[in-house]
Amino acid sequence: MVTKRLIACFDIIGDRVTKAVNFKDNIDVGPADELASIMYEEEIDELIFYDITASAERRRLNIETVKKVAERIFIPFSVGGGIKNLEDMYEALKAGAEKISIDSMAVRNPRIITEGAKAFGSQCIVLSTQVKRTQKSPKIPSGYEVYIDGARVATGMDAIEWIKRGQELGAGEICLNSIDNDGTLSGYDIELMKLASEAVSVPLIASGGAGKPVHLKELFTETAAQAAIISSMLYSPRMERNYKVAELKEYLLNENINVRPFSTGKEA
Amino acid sequence: MIGIIDYKAGNGPSVLSAVTHLGYRAQLVSQPERLLEMTHIIMPGVGSAGATMNSLKELGLLEAIKKAVIDNKVPFLGVCVGMQILFDYSEEEDTGCLGFLPGRVVSFDRKKVRVPQMGWNKVFFSKDMGYEAKDDYFYFVNSYYAVPEDKSHIWGIAEYDGPFTAAVCKDNIYGTQFHIEKSGEAGLKLLKGFLSIKGGSFSGYKTFDSML
Repeated sequence: MVTKRLIACFDIIGDRVTKAVNFKDNIDVGPADELASIMYEEEIDELIFYDITASAERRRLNIETVKKVAERIFIPFSVGGGIKNLEDMYEALKAGAEKISIDSMAVRNPRIITEGAKAFGSQCIVLSTQVKRTQKSPKIPSGYEVYIDGARVATGMDAIEWIKRGQELGAGEICLNSIDNDGTLSGYDIELMKLASEAVSVPLIASGGAGKPVHLKELFTETAAQAAIISSMLYSPRMERNYKVAELKEYLLNENINVRPFSTGKEA
Repeated sequence: MIGIIDYKAGNGPSVLSAVTHLGYRAQLVSQPERLLEMTHIIMPGVGSAGATMNSLKELGLLEAIKKAVIDNKVPFLGVCVGMQILFDYSEEEDTGCLGFLPGRVVSFDRKKVRVPQMGWNKVFFSKDMGYEAKDDYFYFVNSYYAVPEDKSHIWGIAEYDGPFTAAVCKDNIYGTQFHIEKSGEAGLKLLKGFLSIKGGSFSGYKTFDSML
């Protein structure tokens, strides 16, 4: 059977990976291509690359950095940030990305999901969204609201309704980030991920809050999420200790969670 | 020179990057006459079977592919949709395909599993193809899979809604349903095996008859 995926997510400024807490106070981690190589050597299952200032600075995605990363890794690789139209998507795919992640732009112009899915296939379009807990209301029945523009702007949209719509429009995968849990290292928002993974049939990538291996176990046993974003655990300088992908995989396998084992093709 | 067929929406650049990383000279090819000069041909694939066949038609590549693969016996590797179009027919958009291998391409059972399948899955190989094919995890993104009429063409299987064809081969024709170029070291190793073959046919291996 298809395994649960561990995904490293790079927040990129220029050509460097940074790490923030609650979308603020970004600190430098290192050059994107070098860190990508390290993650590849560690056998991460997948990589996501967000050009986090592209949208705010109203510029296009940093294609040179995408190319540099793509040359060094041979695993699936999604990019996002500053994607406005089909041409931007095509440029990113040509630079070596597999999938395109769209976030704020999809809220502003939902048609871009359908256009992208038609041009490149649904498997290529990841709807990424930032959500925050709020009072349940007729307008937001799930109690989770969609935010855009680096989690700064509330949209008044219900998160669960939005990802369902995203799937209908053609998104092949949903990446859901909990703003409340992001950077807290206190675990994923299990209630949110449970709701979301049952609401859509395309794969759900859970994001926000992983700090310990047990958080991955909780996610994969209590929800139907198929993939987990881990960033701080792998490389945040703020962590007391960082983890190797191999030790996370070993832990999960011992907990009977189906993941791609480390070093399947070579000696450990 | 390794030729990677370049068509709209294909992920040729990723395949090119993997092939050159392995130390081989390769180029993206979209002209029929160039294709016929290649020692190996790789047909990458993303998107739908219908769109892929249309792109090949528009580029005028169908005849050249047939000539290279069937007449000249050039080693050919189809990846993902590039493997699916090797068969007679795909259910996806009711598409007539190349017909190099007898069989059809059908959808996973949406009632039983999430579609598309997206992620790493374990592939079991029936035989070494003149180079080692080791059971390992490979990266898949697919909603459809091939059902070869001749079970001896099945090279690898994996499990999703049940066992399905993960790789095929017949003579100089190879196909992997998984993205060989995105399957880490396991994928690169298998790709290297393909690039090192000189063509020719294989025989005398076990088949998966009993499993499918």
